[in-house]
Amino acid sequence: MKMLLVAEYRQGELLESYTELLAFAGIMGAESAMFLTAGTAGELPKFSGRLYLAEVAEFGEYNPDVHKQLLLEVVEKEHPEMIVFSHSSYGWDLAPRLAVSLKAGQISEVVALQDGALVAPVCNGKLRRTMKSRGRITVVTLQAGAFGLADAAVGVPTVIPVTGNAKGNIDLQGYEMAEHGGVDLSKAEIIVSAGRGVGKPENIALVAGLAKALGGEYGASRPVVDSLWVEHNRQVGTTGLTVSPKLYVACGISGAVQHLAGMKKSEFVVAINTDKDAPIGDMADVFAVADLKQLLPLLIEKLQAL
Amino acid sequence: MKLLVCIKQVPDMESKFKVGAEGLWYDRHDLAWLMNEYDEYGVEQAVQLKEQTGADLTVLSIGPEQVKETIKKALAMGCDRGVHIVDDQAHLKDPFEIASMIAEFAGDKGFDLIFTGMQSQDRGSAQVGVMVAELLTIAAVTTVVDFAFVDGQVTVKRELEGGVKAKVASKLPVLITCQLGLNAPRYPTLPNIMKAKKKEMLSLPATDLRKAAALQETMKIEFPAKRSGGLFLEGEVASIADRLIRILKEKTTVLA
Ligand SMILES: Cc1cc2nc3c(=O)[nH]c(=O)nc-3n(C[C@H](O)[C@H](O)[C@H](O)COP(=O)(O)OP(=O)(O)OC[C@H]3O[C@@H](n4cnc5c(N)ncnc54)[C@H](O)[C@@H]3O)c2cc1C
Ligand SMILES: Nc1ncnc2c1ncn2[C@@H]1O[C@H](COP(=O)(O)O)[C@@H](O)[C@H]1O
Repeated sequence: MKMLLVAEYRQGELLESYTELLAFAGIMGAESAMFLTAGTAGELPKFSGRLYLAEVAEFGEYNPDVHKQLLLEVVEKEHPEMIVFSHSSYGWDLAPRLAVSLKAGQISEVVALQDGALVAPVCNGKLRRTMKSRGRITVVTLQAGAFGLADAAVGVPTVIPVTGNAKGNIDLQGYEMAEHGGVDLSKAEIIVSAGRGVGKPENIALVAGLAKALGGEYGASRPVVDSLWVEHNRQVGTTGLTVSPKLYVACGISGAVQHLAGMKKSEFVVAINTDKDAPIGDMADVFAVADLKQLLPLLIEKLQAL
Repeated sequence: MKLLVCIKQVPDMESKFKVGAEGLWYDRHDLAWLMNEYDEYGVEQAVQLKEQTGADLTVLSIGPEQVKETIKKALAMGCDRGVHIVDDQAHLKDPFEIASMIAEFAGDKGFDLIFTGMQSQDRGSAQVGVMVAELLTIAAVTTVVDFAFVDGQVTVKRELEGGVKAKVASKLPVLITCQLGLNAPRYPTLPNIMKAKKKEMLSLPATDLRKAAALQETMKIEFPAKRSGGLFLEGEVASIADRLIRILKEKTTVLA
């Protein structure tokens, strides 16, 4: 099988996620070529194969309409059966555009393979589906972290410059960085996080209280931050922080992949949740099936009495 | 100015799911249904833009009879008219088929701005919005967490990984896919729920719009294998608390 892997470049840097694309191609036993828009003088992906390289100064870091047109030219040359992206802000934006142009089925957020078919989560990971594209070409996006190389990537690509006079219809005006003020959760050894299951802002005090009783910090899932109940510098997950404490207590957090991505390096995970089927159970060493509004005050009281 | 917002009805993710009879999707019986969370942000942004500019706002949903309830919520939030594309088999259609139906409907209407969710909570493909834009050959910006319309131009912030945002501008027409936290979706008030009952609700049979065939197929849906090893504590809360503290003492160093 022939694959075209689409690597990413952002804020002047090649993203490491290209190694996940390589890992996927490896499992599929595919022969792969790669596409990248980057500074042609900068760091290149480590792999042995054809690298179609478009100059970022000319085509922009995020200019999906232009990148689509460049990719379509590469597809003409390579005739891949599969075109693979990361399921990321770059990939989920670009992949469907290519799928429509090529009338190819797109399978999003693939986490595994089963008998040559692709497996992707449904309903927040509570279920999973096995899928296939009907046409000759399949467009795929891979869930971040689902595939990884056992060893460091090696090799030097054969660079093939991509040029063209594609024009886009949007204008990237710049980037805005996250503010990291006050606490630094990435260094905390004990983190107790609040999820939407806390129900109302007043209950954040319970989560903060347990964190204090354990001698740690409190964090939060995204909806709690979006509701302005907790500041963004305490958000754990793909669009927040990656943490690796000795103990992570997830209170009223369902365990969406974007949250798990931020806390899966924790040494010991406790989940407190009323829904025994919540996907956080896959990550939890201990799962307390309980209402946090009842359990947390008791835990705080008992810990203080120790 | 003409606005369109696309919404999907999805089950409450805390539901107890079962595999459906065909083995291709979850069983749709005995579930509580809601507006897809991402689409609530879309509706709110569209209503805010309507309030800002006096634009005309249509809300559209594809699905069986019951999706009318969700369309009514959007009308109560401030949309002007509902379009229900009646399709009992919508849950078995792939993103391209759904996008094609929306594009077929929108094709000759000249919408200046279209809002969709970044993804649907059940399927989570994050495809339909971008595909609609491609089929209509208009611009699309995904994963938007900040939106402004000034001087006939749209300026948004896209959310990237790690808390970074990208500022992007686009002229009209443009399709925006909405990410969590874009705004604070309003709750429909009782008077507005009453008013919504009188708003126009157009029903179109899916067959009128169905021109495209599926590009993918599902072989099966199933529960993932549970990672074993995790210990479940159930029963009395006080006993759970005691057992949990004992485990923390034995298995971790945090109480040392
Ligand atoms: C591109 C992208 C990036 C994202 N980035 C992040 C990120 O960085 N971080 C992040 O967290 N999310 C992120 N998300 C959102 C993510 O997909 C989920 O929507 C989010 O993590 C859900 O948060 P939650 O678990 O708190 O809420 P929910 O999923 O609503 O879960 C609430 C849980 O609380 C439980 N519960 C309810 N009541 C109680 C009670 N009384 N006691 C105990 N338990 C109770 C419920 O059973 C449920 O499991 C991102 C999403 C996208 C699309
Ligand atoms: N059946 C539907 N009816 C109307 N809009 C839909 C439907 N399915 C998906 N959408 C829109 O497309 C977005 C992305 O969905 P998806 O590609 O399924 O993740 C949703 O947030 C909705 O705005």
